[in-house]
Amino acid sequence: MSPGRVYGPAERMINTVVEPADRPTRDPERDIGRVHGAMQEVSSHLASLAEQSTGVVADVLHAQSLMALDPQLVANVRELINTEHLSGDRAVWVALNRFREMLVEAGGYLAERAADVTDVRNRIVTVMGGAQHPAPPRPDRSFVLIADDLSPADTAGLDLELVLGFVTANGGPTSHTAILAKSLMIPAVVACQGILDIDESSIVALDGGSGGVIVDPAQSDLKNYRATGTSRREHKPLDNDAGTTVDGWQVQLLANIGGLDEAKQAAAAGAQGVGLFRTEFLFLDKMEPPTVDEQLAQYRGVFEQFRGRKVTIRTLDAGADKQLPFLGGDTEINPALGVRGIRLKRTHPGLLEAQLEAISGAARDVDADVHVMAPMVATVEETNEFVDSARAKGLAKVGVMVEVPASVLMADQVFPSLDFVSIGTNDLTQYTMAADRMVGELARYNDYWQPAVIRLIDLACQAAQRGETSVSVCGESASDAAYAAVLIGLGVTGLSMSTSCLSLVNELIKSVTLEQCQSAAGSALRAKTAQEARQRARALLPQLEQLGL
Amino acid sequence: MPEVQVTVGSRVGLHARPAALFVRAVASQPIPVTIAKGDGKPVPAASLLSVLGLAVLHGDAVTLQAEGEGAQELLAELADMLAQELD
Repeated sequence: MSPGRVYGPAERMINTVVEPADRPTRDPERDIGRVHGAMQEVSSHLASLAEQSTGVVADVLHAQSLMALDPQLVANVRELINTEHLSGDRAVWVALNRFREMLVEAGGYLAERAADVTDVRNRIVTVMGGAQHPAPPRPDRSFVLIADDLSPADTAGLDLELVLGFVTANGGPTSHTAILAKSLMIPAVVACQGILDIDESSIVALDGGSGGVIVDPAQSDLKNYRATGTSRREHKPLDNDAGTTVDGWQVQLLANIGGLDEAKQAAAAGAQGVGLFRTEFLFLDKMEPPTVDEQLAQYRGVFEQFRGRKVTIRTLDAGADKQLPFLGGDTEINPALGVRGIRLKRTHPGLLEAQLEAISGAARDVDADVHVMAPMVATVEETNEFVDSARAKGLAKVGVMVEVPASVLMADQVFPSLDFVSIGTNDLTQYTMAADRMVGELARYNDYWQPAVIRLIDLACQAAQRGETSVSVCGESASDAAYAAVLIGLGVTGLSMSTSCLSLVNELIKSVTLEQCQSAAGSALRAKTAQEARQRARALLPQLEQLGL
Repeated sequence: MPEVQVTVGSRVGLHARPAALFVRAVASQPIPVTIAKGDGKPVPAASLLSVLGLAVLHGDAVTLQAEGEGAQELLAELADMLAQELD
């Protein structure tokens, strides 16, 4: 689920909730009042946890805060107390279980959200029983956290430095546990039935890559498992020889960033530059596009973090799938195939010009090695138009994103006017396989190990090598160590990923040779399936195993 | 009773963030609003749990109903909101 091998003492999520007994209410009005008080307390507790969180976690906590005071829940609880004479805590239990069942029956994505409802139920019932809010264990040593499923609220109070790994009895690939583990690079196995039945003093070993869990392992089982220190791989800042293979081949290790805060983190982690600077943040929630001066100040701030180093800035990648208020426009039936990226140039001609103007101004002010690229390029005309516009503004290094298969098939025409291309593997995979990234059932198509995707990257690299165009990759695939090696073998010379993944990928690069990467790439290219491609590459890269990747 | 039909524009359907945004907008004003999926039973639109339970997907048609002063304008606003990408 989330790779890495660790073992350590098991600690269970402290969950004091007990199913309330089915006993009649003695005083309906008093019970209704107590329920309401507990709901309010839980709702505001969750709201305050939400305020301290960010991203998906904050979204879930805000939603849970609404659920805890849901007007229909209040009505149902009142009904259960008044007409079925249930006690207050029992009524909460029953009413929320009914909502939960509804979500489970709906299946898929909604079934995953059932855990949020269970968590709200447990919290209200716990508070009504006079106990503390459920809290994570707080031992003073490293441990493997065992739980039924983890809610965002559970993990909000967790000392993540001490968590070696997660094993949960429930939860799926989009559960909160899975998302959290991946973003923090903590090894995790979800949906491990029976894990809650183990003895309290057990040692648990888990392999997040394969999904294996061993309870009370023998010493011989623990080869390549880590027990202490940070299972969360240390985010050692990259040193001077980062990105160099055993035989001296150089690959640039770059960061994907979306604003100044991430630029600072990337610079502190020693990123050799920025391979993808997303500019959407400047345009979100705006009724009017930001002015040239506003943009210039923001770009300058980011460039200052990377003086003398590469910063690859991508022009606005918005459109029907990421609606911006000032763009207006109709809802498209198929937004991934709609007016997005460079295609906005036709509908909103001034936008790109203003952005290039601002980038050029900031590049003149700060001595960063500024590269500019356009997203969603499909044709030779739009490539040439973009290059002309950017060069007219005085920008020296101009490239495009390779995401649309058409641009690869036309590479001999598209690439020659470019200094570089950057392959966006997430979109390239979705468009090559004609599989919507947002549709969970299509996950096996949306796998960058699909041989068709590897072949397209190979074609792009070959076309680039015939000219003077350099190729980098920005996308989730660059942070998959095995895939990074394949990319290097294909001829990619820059890997851009979220800052937290840099040191891990660097570990692998420093342990392999270019020739090994080339054999892994050659073998993956001959695979018939995504799984076979992955296996072939891994078999030729035994270092992955030794590094626990 | 005034009502309006709209096709849900958010890619993830009416759950997660879009559902919370919609429910919050309904709850922040005094007129009771109901929402139904297709020909289904209307549920209170101020209830996140009920709205999630409808399992509304991208492209599903929903019907909003409301009665009271300013109901028409309110329904138009909410329908506009649902038609957009809210995630």
